[in-house]
Amino acid sequence: FLGAGGGNDIQWCFSQVKGAVDDDVAEADIISTVEFNHSGELLATGDKGGRVVIFQQEQENKTQSHSRGEYNVYSTFQSHEPEFDYLKSLEIEEKINKIRWLPQKNAAQFLLSTNDKTIKLWKISERDKRPEGYNLKEEDGRYRDPTTVTTLRVPVFRPMDLMVEASPRRIFANAHTYHINSISINSDYETYLSADDLRINLWHLEITDRSFNIVDIKPANMEELTEVITAAEFHPNSCNTFVYSSSKGTIRLCDMRASALCDRHSKLFEEPEDPSNRSFFSEIISSISDVKFSHSGRYMMTRDYLSVKIWDLNMENRPVETYQVHEYLRSKLCSLYENDCIFDKFECCWNGSDSIVMTGSYNNFFRMFDRNSKRDVTLEASRENNKPRTVLKPRKVCASGKRKKDEISVDSLDFNKKILHTAWHPKENIIAVATTNNLYIFQDKMN
Amino acid sequence: MFVRGLKRKCFDGEEDIEGTLAGIKAIPSYNLQRQSLLDMSLVKLQLCHMLVEPNLCRSVLIANTVRQIQEEMTQDGTWQMINTQSTGQASLDRLVSTDILCRSSREQAEGKHVSGYSTFNKDFDGSQAQDSSETMSTASSLQAPRHLQNNAWEMENPQENKGNFQKSLDQIFETLENKSPNSVEDLFSEVDNSYYDFDTMLTGMMSNTKMGHCDGLETFSSPTTTASNSNCKSDLNELDHIVEILVES
Repeated sequence: FLGAGGGNDIQWCFSQVKGAVDDDVAEADIISTVEFNHSGELLATGDKGGRVVIFQQEQENKTQSHSRGEYNVYSTFQSHEPEFDYLKSLEIEEKINKIRWLPQKNAAQFLLSTNDKTIKLWKISERDKRPEGYNLKEEDGRYRDPTTVTTLRVPVFRPMDLMVEASPRRIFANAHTYHINSISINSDYETYLSADDLRINLWHLEITDRSFNIVDIKPANMEELTEVITAAEFHPNSCNTFVYSSSKGTIRLCDMRASALCDRHSKLFEEPEDPSNRSFFSEIISSISDVKFSHSGRYMMTRDYLSVKIWDLNMENRPVETYQVHEYLRSKLCSLYENDCIFDKFECCWNGSDSIVMTGSYNNFFRMFDRNSKRDVTLEASRENNKPRTVLKPRKVCASGKRKKDEISVDSLDFNKKILHTAWHPKENIIAVATTNNLYIFQDKMN
Repeated sequence: MFVRGLKRKCFDGEEDIEGTLAGIKAIPSYNLQRQSLLDMSLVKLQLCHMLVEPNLCRSVLIANTVRQIQEEMTQDGTWQMINTQSTGQASLDRLVSTDILCRSSREQAEGKHVSGYSTFNKDFDGSQAQDSSETMSTASSLQAPRHLQNNAWEMENPQENKGNFQKSLDQIFETLENKSPNSVEDLFSEVDNSYYDFDTMLTGMMSNTKMGHCDGLETFSSPTTTASNSNCKSDLNELDHIVEILVES
């Protein structure tokens, strides 16, 4: 497995952990999304309370060559507030479902954040100087008595303590009847898509009062509803191509050039069911919780309840690679259905070179699969491994039979400790792993 | 533990036990497990029916699971046995302890399967003339009061079997679209509206205590609903029952 030492194996070390220490988790602090920006310098998290916290990586310290810069809080702001839909007598949660960064064009940073119904474009800018020496105002803002002004001066900029301001620049509202599960910025950097359970809309970043519906799978009669959209993403290079996944385990690739409403897919990716594994839970566990294109755009990865699959865009009838995340749960599906864990939506991510994929599991475990060496590793995000530069010890779950030393039996896994959100730095071996209310940052061991 | 892929009318697994009696306690029958799963699923649907913002994906997946169970039970002819029980109780009373459902069985560990299962599914899918949602049997909890009524329709219209379950599914999706109201009264009035909905009145209100001689597949071949003599009183009784369950929940 990875971390065994030698060769090109990565040895992961604990770097930092952010968030409250106590076990009593405030619901608002539950992390709901994690995302690096395009350079990896910024790391954003969203939580159930509607807040966005952005961490910035310190410039590398030349004297501390054994570790990369730490991530420290850069900006915190309230992105979404709870709302009340009076027509339906329902509360709209402020939980941040997704954050997506725009590529940087000028000094400011931009990101999209969304809750169930509304997407917002936020501008995050720095202010490190301020004008001083106004003629008509005192420094504290009070107006001077004009009769006391005897000379004129030109105001000048003077340095000040760095202030990071977040301001909402666009609010894209009222376009989704159902809950938004995905947003994805197009490679043209002008448009983006937002997907809810039944529809996908295309927006222009500058225009908030209009969006185009490009996918609609709502049946005329809601009683006939048997399938929903679970995730959607634009292709990283082709600005006319996007994919969306469904609760039945299918992925549809659509080309916006074909028609205005992409009801007919260009490609349908679906793996035939394995009859030997058939059960009443087959459909539920086949439901795809996340879909991510590789950086190259040649492959896409899907996550269903028990596995991660890599698809070649040129082959629709089966994935090219399948990795079992926690196959030992297959015999526990009934219990997991009872306690609703079977509906947990795990995300997945690629490393910068598309050679390793990562996803979360239970008991605060997360898994990495090396596509080249075909080796995998299970690691744990826990405050017990708190010392920086200590290599993380690989974990192993004992599925059945005699439990070896240091192994954990399936029955002693904590299903309340789930890692749903992980992110990999676009260029380096730095990963961000979110437990319920803590954010862990791990780095590879530099020599 | 729920046994996957197995179709058994009586339990087996003698190797696992010391005595027959202990064995009966150790491994519940497949039918019991399946019924338990059905009950659990219906409770889940009911619960999410009343949540502030039901998760549509979860609801759809649970509903699809229920449909699968119902299809299989119909194919088995098993649901016929359940209907003749005519307990008249809410299914919550009949809910099998999930401990039984989720207890592990030796078969599960060995990963056995019966090839017949997948074949069965293909056959069933192939012969269905219509949406699988219409083939619902009425083994659900809301079915219960119906057992006591309307024997007059039992052989009249095969399509009657659409039953109460379909109605409850309809309500759920309708409500998901319109969003669940906060008060039980509002919920009741929503149900009331569907009473005037021709489709649900005809198909949902029809009760059928026995499949009788109808072959499972044959029953669902006629696409149209024809029952014209729906019993309004049965509607109200059923509505009362729905409210009762919701209030209890």
